[in-house]
Amino acid sequence: MTDLASPLVLVVEDYQDAREMYAAYLQFSGFRVAEATNGFEAIDKTLELMPDIILMDLALPKMDGWEATRRLKLDDRTRHIPVVALTGHALAGHAEGARQAGCDSFVTKPCLPDALVAEIQRMLAARKTETVKRPARPHRAK
Amino acid sequence: MRPFVAPVLPVASEADLEAKLGCAEFLLNSIDLQASARYAVDWLASHVGTRQAIVAMIEPAGPHLVLVAEHGLSTAAVADFYISLDDSSHPFVRAMSGSDPIYFDNVGGFRTLIDGGVFHVVPLRTDDDQTSHGILIVSSGGPEIHPDVMWLNRLLSKQVGRLHSRQLLAETRFGQERMLLYSIINAVTDPILLTDTEGKLIIANTHAEKLFAAPEDASEGWRRAVALNNMLFSAALSTSAVAHTDLSRRELLLVDPLEGSDLLFELMSSRAKDERQGTYVVSILRNITDLARAREEIEESYRTFRLAQAEVRDERHRLDLIIDSVADPILVTDQEGDIVLMNEPAERLFNVPVSAADAAQRRVRANGANLTSFVSNVLTRTGEQRYRGEIQLADPASGRSLPVEALAGTILSEQGELVWVVTILHDLTEAIDKARLYEQLKQGSAELERKVQEATAELAQQNELLRRQHIEVEQASALKSQFLANMSHEFRTPLNAILGYTHMLLNGVTGQVSDAQRKSLSRIDSNSRHLLALINDILDITRIEAGRMPLNLSTFKIPDLINEVMSELEPIIKRSNLEVIAKTRGKLPPLKSDRQKVKQVVLNLLSNALKFTPAGSVIIAASYDGAGRMVSIEVRDTGVGIPVESQSKVFEDFRQLDSSPARGYGGTGLGLSICRRLAQMLGGTIDLKSTVGQGSNFTLKLPARPRRR
Repeated sequence: MTDLASPLVLVVEDYQDAREMYAAYLQFSGFRVAEATNGFEAIDKTLELMPDIILMDLALPKMDGWEATRRLKLDDRTRHIPVVALTGHALAGHAEGARQAGCDSFVTKPCLPDALVAEIQRMLAARKTETVKRPARPHRAK
Repeated sequence: MRPFVAPVLPVASEADLEAKLGCAEFLLNSIDLQASARYAVDWLASHVGTRQAIVAMIEPAGPHLVLVAEHGLSTAAVADFYISLDDSSHPFVRAMSGSDPIYFDNVGGFRTLIDGGVFHVVPLRTDDDQTSHGILIVSSGGPEIHPDVMWLNRLLSKQVGRLHSRQLLAETRFGQERMLLYSIINAVTDPILLTDTEGKLIIANTHAEKLFAAPEDASEGWRRAVALNNMLFSAALSTSAVAHTDLSRRELLLVDPLEGSDLLFELMSSRAKDERQGTYVVSILRNITDLARAREEIEESYRTFRLAQAEVRDERHRLDLIIDSVADPILVTDQEGDIVLMNEPAERLFNVPVSAADAAQRRVRANGANLTSFVSNVLTRTGEQRYRGEIQLADPASGRSLPVEALAGTILSEQGELVWVVTILHDLTEAIDKARLYEQLKQGSAELERKVQEATAELAQQNELLRRQHIEVEQASALKSQFLANMSHEFRTPLNAILGYTHMLLNGVTGQVSDAQRKSLSRIDSNSRHLLALINDILDITRIEAGRMPLNLSTFKIPDLINEVMSELEPIIKRSNLEVIAKTRGKLPPLKSDRQKVKQVVLNLLSNALKFTPAGSVIIAASYDGAGRMVSIEVRDTGVGIPVESQSKVFEDFRQLDSSPARGYGGTGLGLSICRRLAQMLGGTIDLKSTVGQGSNFTLKLPARPRRR
């Protein structure tokens, strides 16, 4: 069912049920999916697979989503890859923190698989329409 | 000597004629040769202006000329006048042999007789006489003789011729002596009078005549003064005559006829008895006006002195009164330290009668010793005008201790020597009492202050306790909020999985599901969503209460916001079959507020209205109150309405009209509670008007711009 031409989504999520759920639904929806369970894995997989888009949970063990995103956005090789942040914390500060780390989009859990797929499709469509790639520079944390 | 040249007679004036007539009349009536001669020389003096004149006649007993009458001669000249007829070479004797006047121009040293020695000698003889009877000597200003002198000479010559033969010329000799006497009397500067006992004038010297006789041409005032003087003199004499004393002295006030001023005389009168002529009174008046004036001046100055003395005495008396009236004791001490003056209050402290008790005497001595030591301090401190000190005295009567403040001032003499020390004592008992009271007051106040401080400290402690408790409560509250936030997060993670997998199953990711399965999955889905809504609402409330919901202010248009809300609720509106109308009343300014939160409130109000309105319409109306600068967004429905008693409860947590949890209408029951909290956060309110069965009217009012707090 997967197709090499279809976009590759790297799902970074430590909670297995959720990760597998999103992965299953993304595959069901026609995407190729790779998985990572923490920040280090996320960076390794990104460099290895160069996905088209990354779905990044922020609360991760070992290296959290913000730090992983910051590193990816500092790396010229991975800077262009859009990062959609995923968080259960709706408290103020999370969204701002994610933007500062370099996330391109922000989705609050709980997020129905349908809504997530819609957001990923939106981000990829936006990327395609951009004629000139303008890599987002991450803001340095003070 | 030159021959006499008779002058041309001038035309005589009437007054002149009158005078001559009077003169002739007197001489014709007179039988006294000497009186005639005297009258003649006086007449010459007064009418012709002859300064000096002499009438001398031949004395039959001895061949020489005797002076019968004179005017203006010195006493010495009268006394010396003696010319022997035997001395035929004497110019006067030779003049007698002729009948014409002889002019003497300072000839032969007659200066002692007539001033300047210029005079005429006219022989007294008639045409019928063989020889001259005597001569008339008149002083003159030149060789020409006054015609009136010649006229008088003729008249007098006739008189002499008429009387000379009859009268004893021996009397004329006495006359000369009398003349001498006269001139002596006249020489006395004091007025001398000889009167009879009635005060009738017999002889007066010239000084007396000035007072008691007025010439015929005298002024009225003069005459009156003279009359007054005579009267006063007679009165004085008559009183002394009554006294019968040989010599009486009295003061007599007369008037100066010329000056009109008062003259004071001492009148000395004595009686002289004469066998032949009776009793005379000789009076000598001594002018004591100046003496009296001097005496008056002395009396005046004595009176002034006495007055001054009295004044000083009064002054001293007043000073004493003043000093005594001062309640504080005042003492004056000399440079030895001895008290020279003190007032009554001081006496009470430093002076007691000898009869007083021994204790009182002792205390007075102690007081005196204390004062002396104080004053000696003052005396040693030269150069200081004031000296202040405290002395411990005792009340002599009671022995009560008497602390006083002593204030001393020094009085210096003109040479700068210290003469007196003035000391004023001021009773300090009251001041000390006051100080003691003040001290007590201060202690009381200090005590009070201490208590207040203690109370304050206790309060502060309690405050601190409260503050800590408050912090603890806040911390607890924050912990609670954090816990709730964490909890809601923890809820979400599994809920996310439940919703996700349900969704996947319903979407057939794992294969086809049966209708029964789908029904069950839908139940799971809707309950999961309700749970999620609850969690979201709780999270909102928690965030608001924890102050962790920041305001993001922006300026936006209300109609845009309403349209946005309506489009978001479009599916529900369509499903409801209600008429939903958005309106704006009047002009709306752009609203500056937190767009997200305003939208949340409006969304909630509109979805509530849609939820609780089975039929009819929902109207969203926006308006602006310019006076209050408030924007109102009103959501009016024709729904079920809320009873009055429940209207305030709908804003409480977990409240819906129907207390069974939201079965009919769905929702968490936290919506209005959150709306009200958000409205308050934005500085606004939410009001409710509702009638059961007719509908509800929720109005959100917000300030057009945020107000500063």
